Amino acid sequence: MIRLERRKEPSKFWRIANPFLAVVLTMLAGGAMFAALGKDPVAAIRLIFFDPIFSQTFGSYSRPQLLIKSAPLILIAIGLAIGFKANIWNIGAEGQYIIGALFGAGVALAFFPAPGWYIFPLMVMAGAFGGFLWAMIPAILKTRFNTNEILVSLLLVYVAERILAAMALGLMRNPDIPGFPGSRDLRRYEAAHNAELIANTGIHWGVVAALIAVIFAYVMMTRHMLGYQVQLAGQAPRAARFGGVSPARLVVICLGISGALAGLAGMFEVSGPGGQVRIEFASGYGFTAIIVAFLGRLNPFGIVLAGLLLGLTYIGGELSQMILQLPGAAIQVFQGMLLFFLLALDFQTNYRLRLTRGMRI
Amino acid sequence: MKKLLTAAALSAALATPALAETTKVGFIYIGPVGDFGWTAGHDRARQELQDHFGDAVETSIVENVDYGADAERVMTQMAISGTDVIFAASFGYGPDVNAVAGRFPDVAFQHATGYIQEHPNISLYDARFYEGRAVLGHIAGKMTETNTIGYIASYPIPAVVSGINSAFLHARAVNPDVNFRIIWTYSWFDPALEADAAETLIEQGADVIMQHTDSTAAVRVAEDAGVMAFGQASDMTQFGPTAHLSAIVDRWAPYYISRIQAVKDGTWEAQNSWMGFADGIIEMAPWNDRIPADLQAEADNLIAAIAAGEYHPFTGPINRQDGTAWLAEGETAPDADLATMNFYVEGITQELPN
Repeated sequence: MIRLERRKEPSKFWRIANPFLAVVLTMLAGGAMFAALGKDPVAAIRLIFFDPIFSQTFGSYSRPQLLIKSAPLILIAIGLAIGFKANIWNIGAEGQYIIGALFGAGVALAFFPAPGWYIFPLMVMAGAFGGFLWAMIPAILKTRFNTNEILVSLLLVYVAERILAAMALGLMRNPDIPGFPGSRDLRRYEAAHNAELIANTGIHWGVVAALIAVIFAYVMMTRHMLGYQVQLAGQAPRAARFGGVSPARLVVICLGISGALAGLAGMFEVSGPGGQVRIEFASGYGFTAIIVAFLGRLNPFGIVLAGLLLGLTYIGGELSQMILQLPGAAIQVFQGMLLFFLLALDFQTNYRLRLTRGMRI
Repeated sequence: MKKLLTAAALSAALATPALAETTKVGFIYIGPVGDFGWTAGHDRARQELQDHFGDAVETSIVENVDYGADAERVMTQMAISGTDVIFAASFGYGPDVNAVAGRFPDVAFQHATGYIQEHPNISLYDARFYEGRAVLGHIAGKMTETNTIGYIASYPIPAVVSGINSAFLHARAVNPDVNFRIIWTYSWFDPALEADAAETLIEQGADVIMQHTDSTAAVRVAEDAGVMAFGQASDMTQFGPTAHLSAIVDRWAPYYISRIQAVKDGTWEAQNSWMGFADGIIEMAPWNDRIPADLQAEADNLIAAIAAGEYHPFTGPINRQDGTAWLAEGETAPDADLATMNFYVEGITQELPN
């Protein structure tokens, strides 16, 4: 019979191998689903994973798009991962992303139409500050009143969405177009435009910020005292307390960092690819980033790979809808499979299967 | 497009009418084709378009495309892959359509319910939904027993606001005691939110639910609660056989076919079309049997009068909510006012989110 046996310590091999195995299993199971829908599974998988990068027709456009789609995911996930390591669960990055975007856009609209090199840096600071501020609400409620940061940060997403709608309809509405919600297009306001730094590469300031955040997070987690405290608090909270790590301070720092990074992501999006404050500006980056953080094993470089992979499935998913007429829901199922297989495989990290002989009584 | 136009010119010159080239038509949708409402309406038309032209057109769709960067990317990829005509079937795609159209001057863009037209390769098209709303309002005003009509609204944009105003004016015209309760969802398609809104409205005493959102949730909730409802954009009878009184059904197919024919003929050019009952772009779903025969006849007459141009749903005297005059006695609303409408008419008690 087959028996589950707990490993003495988690397997390093499977920790690294599982994400790759999950991708392979997703391809197989997804391929079977596409075949059941009457579509060519090989063509579908190729469209999702390869054509956005290698296709002659689409590649030159979708490669930069991959960076544009993945950068906010990576930027947010980096911040979330630091908190997750310390068992501090910021589920409301979507809200911090929205508030960061509103702060950034608010600075731009306040200066409109004045030119000035200082406007964009001010927007960057405002964006990070907005996200930080929004994350401080669950942080302070937790440290002062011991509320659950998961619930508070999540519910604040819906508050942020309402504020966004109110801004798009009221204070930030473009006064030149009566009757319609939505702010001015920041891409048409040079001083505030988060433009491509090098044409047709997709690299804008948000991509640069994501890269800096990755390096910063790596150094902090491996070389800095704070990173050590985060790890310790996550793995052995009692030991951490005896070791002089203040849980309250850690909550504020972790939520603060992840909030600020989510705010930055929102600000770079609203001033660049998104272009304007609209009611439907938030498109789930803050939630998808949670998947990216776990898919990347909470490791900064893993998160880069995971962010690019998820971005790829979005862009490839659109291509396969357009070219193969796959239903949109099938793509969502496909993306869901990826997380499902990863979580299902993770038991291998902590357990092993043993074949045993004879009956146990 | 350019290739097509020259091909058309060539074939005309050579007097060979056979235009063998396939026209590639792309559709991007805000919701899923299975919403049984707005997106389903556009996809019905796409299907008819495909059936009409057969092998001479090749249609493709991408559903659930968010406004903004996602929409821009999908349309760009369509253009790169050789699509000749792109139908962007939601209001909020405006800035994205204009951004992509500027980069691909040879692709024809058709933007539904839009208002931004910065390039000569963008056509806008819309339906006069307020005409249908007048009929719904008339029926609702007569059918309600609680004198409270619930309205689930999506975004406070002119098309939605004029719909509310039209429904309200016509409900009040047949029932001076009627009141509207309006809930804004800030979304086109969110079944859970729409169901919540419907339940709230019913708790507040509404016995007729109207919606300007795309899912069937409100009709289902109304069916369960034993109240009445109108569907949206498609006939939603199957989701509430008792509750569903009727619905404005969108029929984009004749327009889509004419536009693709124009592309094939080489006569396509940017237009701004606003079509109603008279054009066959909207029609009413079959009346529910619970609507009395005389009321059905009144509704039929109202539709006929609007279609014939004898009656305009916005005919003065009409005041704005704040009591200031908008239309004088006998005056009808100019299209420009309707296309930018951002105020409630007198009698609606709630405030328009602004």
